[in-house]
Amino acid sequence: MKPANATIIDVIDETPSVRSFVFDLSLEFTPGQYIMVWVRGVDEVPMSLSDHNMITVQRVGDATSAIFELAVGDTVGIRGPYGRGFDINNPVLIVAGGVGAAPLAPLAEAAHGMGYDVLTLLGARTHDELLFQRRFGGVGEVMIATDDGSAGFHGRVTDLPDRGMVDQCIHSCGPEPMMYALLSMLDEQQRGNAQFSLHRYIKCGLGICGACCIDPSKECACVDGPVFYGSELVGSEFGRYRRGADGVRISIA
Amino acid sequence: MITITGLKLKNPTILAAGILGSTGASLLRVAGSGAGAVVTKSIGRSPNSGHPNPSMVKIECGFLNALGLPNPGYQQYREELVTAKKGKVPVIASIFGGNASEFVEVALGLCDLADGIELNLSCPHADRYGASIGIDPSLVREITSAVKDAVNIPVWAKLTPNVTDITKIGLAAQEGGADVVVAINTVRAMAIDIESGFPILGNRFGGLSGTAIKPIAVKCVYDLYAALDIPIIGVGGISTWQDAVKMMMAGASAVQVGSAVCGGIQVFAEIADGIEGYCQVHGHEVPDICGIAHER
Ligand SMILES: Cc1cc2nc3c(=O)[nH]c(=O)nc-3n(C[C@H](O)[C@H](O)[C@H](O)COP(=O)(O)OP(=O)(O)OC[C@H]3O[C@@H](n4cnc5c(N)ncnc54)[C@H](O)[C@@H]3O)c2cc1C
Ligand SMILES: Cc1cc2nc3c(=O)[nH]c(=O)nc-3n(C[C@H](O)[C@H](O)[C@H](O)COP(=O)(O)O)c2cc1C
Ligand code: FES
Repeated sequence: MKPANATIIDVIDETPSVRSFVFDLSLEFTPGQYIMVWVRGVDEVPMSLSDHNMITVQRVGDATSAIFELAVGDTVGIRGPYGRGFDINNPVLIVAGGVGAAPLAPLAEAAHGMGYDVLTLLGARTHDELLFQRRFGGVGEVMIATDDGSAGFHGRVTDLPDRGMVDQCIHSCGPEPMMYALLSMLDEQQRGNAQFSLHRYIKCGLGICGACCIDPSKECACVDGPVFYGSELVGSEFGRYRRGADGVRISIA
Repeated sequence: MITITGLKLKNPTILAAGILGSTGASLLRVAGSGAGAVVTKSIGRSPNSGHPNPSMVKIECGFLNALGLPNPGYQQYREELVTAKKGKVPVIASIFGGNASEFVEVALGLCDLADGIELNLSCPHADRYGASIGIDPSLVREITSAVKDAVNIPVWAKLTPNVTDITKIGLAAQEGGADVVVAINTVRAMAIDIESGFPILGNRFGGLSGTAIKPIAVKCVYDLYAALDIPIIGVGGISTWQDAVKMMMAGASAVQVGSAVCGGIQVFAEIADGIEGYCQVHGHEVPDICGIAHER
């Protein structure tokens, strides 16, 4: 599809580095699906839907800085939603790191609407970077971890004590080292219930160009993902490397 | 089973260049799904990120792309070829360069791992590369013969349709010693966003692929068959076995499939089975349908 025109009707400061942009278009989507957001004249980048008419953006480079410049009344082109989102499996355990909370907040709300129990482990570098604490708190219990100890547990979200991971179904998005640490803690049966949303370089979003293929499962992150079950990721490039726009491998620390 | 440029293919469907070809694992997946051979992404001398996004969009009649030849460079691509070779089908390395010596450098860098080399003389949206070379018969002849001299595996020359008479370019490739010509690459095209007036592609313009270009490709293959002695591989808009049979009747010995992978990679097996079934019903061997339209 060609990009549809979306007008920004609200801009919300979520944290010092994260802003939400609300559009005049409402999309049917499964949490975990993404849209391609075209900032005309700059770039087109993948962004998860954080609600049916909203994206939540962390400023990291050119395209995201250009998005940050946008105000109410400005427009972008959007295509999607694309990809395979999360299956919502009960009981729901959400493990979110940083801006990875963006696709998981609508998931928590949808799960709550289905009558499921929701526990969220929410991590960030520091207390004021905790994203969507209110949204998660509105639908279930939230446990906090920060890298600097400024709120909640001092350390990684995966090191939270009493997190009761054993028989819960994990839904995770965040920095890949965090998700990889999480996967490594699970046994075979738990991996089959745990889902992870991957960040890979997306060009076409259509499963044609091959930019986003995962080794060695061979699947395309853009259409077969971005959400994968842990059992699909064992022994893959996940946690070890990804590829840049040129296809060169970039190691994941 | 068909034989083309000495390579044995279990069926005449081949993955087109630049489609799911950035990684060895993904080529392996297409090989496993039933393709008779696979062609890699076009590889150059050094890593290149390609054009900015949007680099590909779906439009009413097909797809528009201006990826801009993103690739990791031949040295880093070697390990992908090693992986791709684990599939039991021929792997053709598509290569590009700015002049004959660059083409030769890349060909030499990959020819010990590849079963054939496809020369990308035809990308419509990369300055200095591809079609800017591919519209000039003398450059096509020079590059083809330079690569042909340098390697001892089959050399396929991929042609652009963005010329007045494709047979002139085809003849130049044949004179240069190409073992086969592959036609066609994408057709120059662009799309404009009416909300803003911006060209949609990051590179402003690009190449059209998919259903819209099928009749253009059939005519190019038809003309090339009449003009050349070497075989032709037909590509452009093929998504069904009927499309493939048409292309073969126009003169193609085998077909490549690109954009149609969007509907799933089972497309290779579907097309191959369909061609086989068609030939059985009509009492042909697969190679016999090549060029039938010229006798009617
Ligand atoms: C499925 C998916 C969902 C995402 N959802 C969100 C979200 O909800 N919120 C959010 O803030 N970020 C999200 N991202 C990440 C976001 O796309 C990148 O941060 C953004 O592309 C960076 O662009 P830039 O020009 O600002 O930064 P750059 O400086 O260009 O790049 C910063 C990082 O982003 C990567 N990147 C650049 N372009 C792309 C691209 N086309 N595809 C993938 N990665 C790219 C680069 O490789 C680099 O690692 C998501 C990514 C994916 C794949
Ligand atoms: C996303 C995309 C990338 C392509 N990359 C290359 C390439 O690297 N080298 C090349 O020779 N052709 C490339 N092509 C052209 C295709 O190989 C093929 O010639 C063209 O798409 C027509 O076939 P189709 O209609 O089946 O897609 C590309 C096409 C597309 C759509
Ligand atoms: S981004 Fe093109 S295949 Fe996934």
